[in-house]
Amino acid sequence: MRAEILEVLNAERAARRATILVTDLADGTQRLVREAEIAPDPLAGVLGKHLASGKSGLVEIDGRQTFLTVQVPPVRLVVIGAVHISQALAPMAAGLDLALTVIDPRTAFASPERFPGVELVAEWPDAALGSRVPPLDRYCALAALTHDPKIDDPALKAALTAECFYVGALGSRKTHAARTARLAEAGFSPEQIGRIRAPIGLAIGAVSPAEIALAVLAEIVAALRRAPPPEVA
Amino acid sequence: MLSTDTDILAAASAWRRDGRAVALATVIETWGSAPRPIGSHLVVDADGNFLGSVSGGCVEGSVITEAIEVIDAGSPRILEFGVADETAWRAGLSCGGRIRVFVERID
Repeated sequence: MRAEILEVLNAERAARRATILVTDLADGTQRLVREAEIAPDPLAGVLGKHLASGKSGLVEIDGRQTFLTVQVPPVRLVVIGAVHISQALAPMAAGLDLALTVIDPRTAFASPERFPGVELVAEWPDAALGSRVPPLDRYCALAALTHDPKIDDPALKAALTAECFYVGALGSRKTHAARTARLAEAGFSPEQIGRIRAPIGLAIGAVSPAEIALAVLAEIVAALRRAPPPEVA
Repeated sequence: MLSTDTDILAAASAWRRDGRAVALATVIETWGSAPRPIGSHLVVDADGNFLGSVSGGCVEGSVITEAIEVIDAGSPRILEFGVADETAWRAGLSCGGRIRVFVERID
């Protein structure tokens, strides 16, 4: 491997951007495909598949054994609201290797006793994101669970702007209609607003907080694994 | 797991910048109960210092020896370890798995 390739690989990783290193195993020749270069690449199909699964692997290209080293940033999940659903969600998210942060400015909710071992930030989302919590990006999922527009709306706006791969918001259809109107008022396009999953979670008839947490996480996994990789602007 | 493997690439880069000769080993194929997933990395320098793992300890010794040869020779190699292979059996991949490892020098 040329040292320059290794440098670029590490730089892209530090910037939380995906890359695929394509190695011809017969002679060791390599090229690095950045996330933004996948769509126009001759191998777009197979590269896109590996990017979506996040898995490295051996493929045969024109009869040549080729290894794809897939580097995908670790997925972060930011939950707004240190509520009952979030308490149930935290251990499940850990099992799914999602790096979880819970943000809620209400200190009575965001208490370490309620969230042992969880990255918990008792600040307003717009203050926390980009300072105590790293800024959102396309490898982040955001779930807004407070029901309170004062807390949820700033986070939803940040998530839509950052093009998070998943944006979900708790609330009835009526609540969501009001939310949609507020976001449109704030200048978000119908396409952007349409990316918000509401009512949140896969339709599994969830009732209890744990069931709702499961529905939300299942929807996040589906968004991560089933959809084609997001387009880079 | 993922962050560990990418940390190894960062270490490979740092070692190179320090002027050390470095080889990178990558698990490219597994069969059966291989202990480390495809894509796992091990970085080795010319003195046999290493970071990471390709088998959780079973065949690292052989990989390091081969990696030092790759550092000298320059051309990459593919190593295969498994119970069917006498050397590998000696190297200790007794879990019944088989793995293929790509070893390349960082130029």
